[in-house]
Amino acid sequence: MKEPIVRLINVDKVFGTNTVIKDMNLDIYKGEFLTLLGPSGCGKTTTLRMIAGFETTSAGTITVEDENIHDKEPYERDVNTVFQSYALFPHMTVFDNVAYGLTIKKVPKLEKKEKVMEMLLLVQLVGYEKRKPDELSGGQKQRVAIARALINNPKVLLLDEPLGALDLKLRKQMQVELKRLQKKLGITFIYVTHDQEEALTMSDRIAVINEGIIEQLSNPQDLYEHPETKFVAGFIGESNIFDGKVYEINGEELKIETNSGLCAAYGKNYIVGENVNIAVRPEHINYSKTPTEEVSLKGRIRDFTYVGNFVKTAVVMEDGKEIKISRFEMDNQLQEDDQLFINWNPTKAVVIRANEK
Amino acid sequence: MKNKMKRKGPVLAMAGPVSIWMILFVTLPMLFIIYISFMSRGTFGGVVYEFSTESYTTLLSTVYFKVIIKSLKVATLTTITCLVLGYPFAYFIARKPREVASKYITLIMIPFWTNSLMRLNAWLLLFQTSGPVNNFLVETGISSEPITFVYTDGLVALGLVTSMLPFAVLPMYSSIEKLNKSLLEASADLGANPKKTFKNITLPLTFPGIFSAIILTFIPSLGIYTVTDMLGGGKVLYIGNIIKNQFGVIRNWPLGSALSVLLIIITGLLIFVYTRFAKVDELEVV
Repeated sequence: MKEPIVRLINVDKVFGTNTVIKDMNLDIYKGEFLTLLGPSGCGKTTTLRMIAGFETTSAGTITVEDENIHDKEPYERDVNTVFQSYALFPHMTVFDNVAYGLTIKKVPKLEKKEKVMEMLLLVQLVGYEKRKPDELSGGQKQRVAIARALINNPKVLLLDEPLGALDLKLRKQMQVELKRLQKKLGITFIYVTHDQEEALTMSDRIAVINEGIIEQLSNPQDLYEHPETKFVAGFIGESNIFDGKVYEINGEELKIETNSGLCAAYGKNYIVGENVNIAVRPEHINYSKTPTEEVSLKGRIRDFTYVGNFVKTAVVMEDGKEIKISRFEMDNQLQEDDQLFINWNPTKAVVIRANEK
Repeated sequence: MKNKMKRKGPVLAMAGPVSIWMILFVTLPMLFIIYISFMSRGTFGGVVYEFSTESYTTLLSTVYFKVIIKSLKVATLTTITCLVLGYPFAYFIARKPREVASKYITLIMIPFWTNSLMRLNAWLLLFQTSGPVNNFLVETGISSEPITFVYTDGLVALGLVTSMLPFAVLPMYSSIEKLNKSLLEASADLGANPKKTFKNITLPLTFPGIFSAIILTFIPSLGIYTVTDMLGGGKVLYIGNIIKNQFGVIRNWPLGSALSVLLIIITGLLIFVYTRFAKVDELEVV
């Protein structure tokens, strides 16, 4: 299971004077669903294009099954891509699009037809084989693109924001379908997206990329619950991030001094005076109208935002920082401009070394 | 009812002037040409309004028939040369960034904007017996004596190709430029080497541009007479010159008309094939 199929070893990518990938090391395991997640321009698509062969590495090595693929042209690589814009051939029918890889390989007609029908069955497009791409909906085009990429039996399937152009409902449906497809086929998927929810839904592991550097590589749960950097804490889900300094250490319990006051969290190997960030999820923030015995920070309610399945309360702290609290239901005791004291269970707060990365 | 009237007003206002213009200056003259082609020739030129198929029988006589075949051959060669030279060039500039591409386009357009008489005279000067080209050939010993270029089919072909090349490059450029680059990547991704990608993706998808180029070079090079007149010196006969002479010097209008009708038919056939091949909405003429 833990056998790497694609390895990026000290990979750099430079466009002109702009370094978009900095010394990237990444092992992608056989059969896993790995997502490259990051904001636009972070280098995630470039990474994918280097694996596909559309971009060359400026330094470092990429191997597929222990073979250096640097000198292989895209058409010689055993990886296939599902493009963001689908890139279906407009002058060919759905059948010919899906069959393209086999046509190039000169696979006999009968065998080709059988394989194409098998693929169309897989993506639930049987009956559409005579249509042209412009007679299909966005979701159908996407399925054709997936079938076309899978027919060559790639060792790795690269997906570049494949669901970006679909509407929300269809996107959610396709996320589930893609994940099931990947499990069924057992093919390694490398998936690029900027949508953190999509990444959390589908991936076995997620590599969060920011400015050409992998900030964190872990499974979705760890990523959400134990972000290792300030960037990850802010990018994955919503977090209230406080800048602070370690004030006191009691075993693993830390007292941290922030602009809004003293607060608590757990952490190992910190020293007094060290700069840290504390990240607390909006759903983990407790509040009361009077200060509690425990540490608590004072703020004032700015407004409420109703989001359907929960309510977000914005609180302005004494230093002007705004934090978010989320609850499933509206608290009728609260009103705008009310004074509020917030605190949290120290086990729910994540301490991040400020100087890290 | 009232609604329909309302809608008809603007349509008429917009399409009307053009329609009237086209009927007055294209359709009617064309019908008139067809009409004259079936009339008789006056003894001292002009048209005698008596039905006759004489023009068409003359047209099929060996001399004229040979000229027609020759003209078709030259036009075909010109077109093929323009495609062979123009496509790679169009491809090359279409892959450049916009600003760079527009500079190359300008380079193509400069000779096109230059007065054609000047351009053709320049060719004559370059290639005449004591011109720079011959001087160079003789001095370097490539040829022992000056070569007669002037007034040959070869020089006519050169003149035609250089005049027609912009018409070939521009439509092909526009259709190559529109080609989505990710389609080429997708093709490579699926295992096609550049040659196969070109054959399976690039060529079929840029076919509308190629066909526009064919029409835009073939038709004018069939009918053009300035190039053939000047570079062929009137010694070499092509359809265009003959039509011009029939209407001008010889004043055999019915025969000139019959030849024109033939050209119109050839043109019509080409466009018919084109609309059959490519969807009409892909038809692009730059």
